[in-house]
Amino acid sequence: MRFRAKIVDLACLNHFSRVINTIAKLAKTCTLCLTDSKLYFILSDKVANGGVSMWCELCQGNFFDEFQMEGAAAEHNEIYLELVPENLSRALKTAQNAKTVKIKLTNKHCPCLRIAVELPSLSSSSRIVTHDIPVGVIPRRLWNEFREPSVPDFDVSIYLPMLKTMKSVVERMKNLSNSIVIEANLSGEMNLKIETDLVSVSTHFKDLGNPPWASEDGCQSSSQGRDLESMAEARIDIKKLQQLLAGQQVNPTKALCNIVSKRVVHFILLHEDVSLQYFIPALA
Amino acid sequence: MPLSAAPPASSQPYLLSASLDNARHLSSLLRAVHFQDHATCFATAYGLRVTVEDAKCIQANAFIQAEIFQEFAIQEESVTFRINLSVLLDCLTIFGSSSLPGTTTALKMCYRGYGYPLMLFLEEGGVVTVCKINTQEPEELLDFDFCSTKVVNKIILQSEGLREAFAELDMTSEVLQITMSPDKPYFRLSTFGNAGSAHLDYPKDSDLMEAFLCNQTQTNRYKISLLKPSTKALALSCKVSIRTDAQGFLSLQYMIRNEDGQICFVEYYCCPDEDVTEA
Repeated sequence: MRFRAKIVDLACLNHFSRVINTIAKLAKTCTLCLTDSKLYFILSDKVANGGVSMWCELCQGNFFDEFQMEGAAAEHNEIYLELVPENLSRALKTAQNAKTVKIKLTNKHCPCLRIAVELPSLSSSSRIVTHDIPVGVIPRRLWNEFREPSVPDFDVSIYLPMLKTMKSVVERMKNLSNSIVIEANLSGEMNLKIETDLVSVSTHFKDLGNPPWASEDGCQSSSQGRDLESMAEARIDIKKLQQLLAGQQVNPTKALCNIVSKRVVHFILLHEDVSLQYFIPALA
Repeated sequence: MPLSAAPPASSQPYLLSASLDNARHLSSLLRAVHFQDHATCFATAYGLRVTVEDAKCIQANAFIQAEIFQEFAIQEESVTFRINLSVLLDCLTIFGSSSLPGTTTALKMCYRGYGYPLMLFLEEGGVVTVCKINTQEPEELLDFDFCSTKVVNKIILQSEGLREAFAELDMTSEVLQITMSPDKPYFRLSTFGNAGSAHLDYPKDSDLMEAFLCNQTQTNRYKISLLKPSTKALALSCKVSIRTDAQGFLSLQYMIRNEDGQICFVEYYCCPDEDVTEA
């Protein structure tokens, strides 16, 4: 099992750092899957995470100038590592003005991702700061736990409102309640609602637009034939939603959510070279 | 100001109905008195007064006169209710608290009467938020009985002179001591903290002094933890008047200019901690 990669371009480095910062805000521990073309940051839905799951996909070619990996076995050219993204985020903080950043999988005393940051120096020899981030190697027999989640059979799919506004509203609502109701319909309307003994607050967004989903096999999805005004709703943990919104450092190109009434809300945030999917289950 | 989610017309008119084009005109003033969760709202045809009290020795009042509102209609002589101020502020600032130029939140406030919740309708950029905040039985408020005829000493200062002093008050001191006198040191703020005592003197002919009317030397101490929240009002204000009466009760009145240049007032009243009057 081998992995080594190098980033030389400062813009790519900053972009990569921003992605890692976002992941670090969403998960304490997660799985990093490396293939020869892509990187995946995965959180599978366990009771320990409160049932949320995450699937973040990056094309390595958009970030790395060099990227070589060799999986556990020839037919399965993949590497699965468990890591704490905050460690990676902190290591990359020292690389803000770096000339190069090299990442390598090592196993000196225990498996680590070695981040070597080459910093500009006045003398002829370069200054290198090295971070060793401990990782857990995930054995092949467990790889099935980390498959890409399928898009759920949703009742309503709708584009999200401006994230800045949604973030402000959810942050204030978080002061007032532990749970929030997201409801939306196929007429581009979305409401965020909280209700407690002290106060009830509802925010109404209009004209958001509903993304067109091509139905597979031509068969009807739950959303087809649905009354346009009828709301699909789910009550979710407000902290999880606030974490998702707070972690967005750059405005996505496309942001939408799929609501399965009373079951789950599936968020999809697309940037040019990164796609992030986040599932928040409905509260009982 | 058209609001698509405006309150429906009903047979029973709202006891109190008020509109503001810029909700910050209300939220920033309320923040200046927000040192407890609960507040009493008192509305008359003259406007709205929001009162917060603590420990039966400090009271802060924010006055938003009817002229500040685009619409202010009250069906009875006065309307009073108690409300959770933290919740009210979270609702008023639902779209964020930063004052970005060009973005304002429009507000409509409606109150049907005793036992009903306070309704807020807020709109920014086409997004509408509706809030229903439960109200409570109003409690009796302290009456400091502080009228101008009983004032012994009075100073009006430009706020910028006091801002740094209040922001840097030695909080390890239990009290803030205020000395006002027709003789030196004229106006002195003192603290007695772990590192030692600190004195800040303002001469009566200082540029910052707009009015100096001290008849008697008075030194009074006030619990610093009670006065510290007044720093918020000081930060917003352009001028502050400091007055004491014969018992050493303190009145701080802050003149605040809002984004549109309109004037509002916030006042703090505080009981003295000990009576230390030097001859």
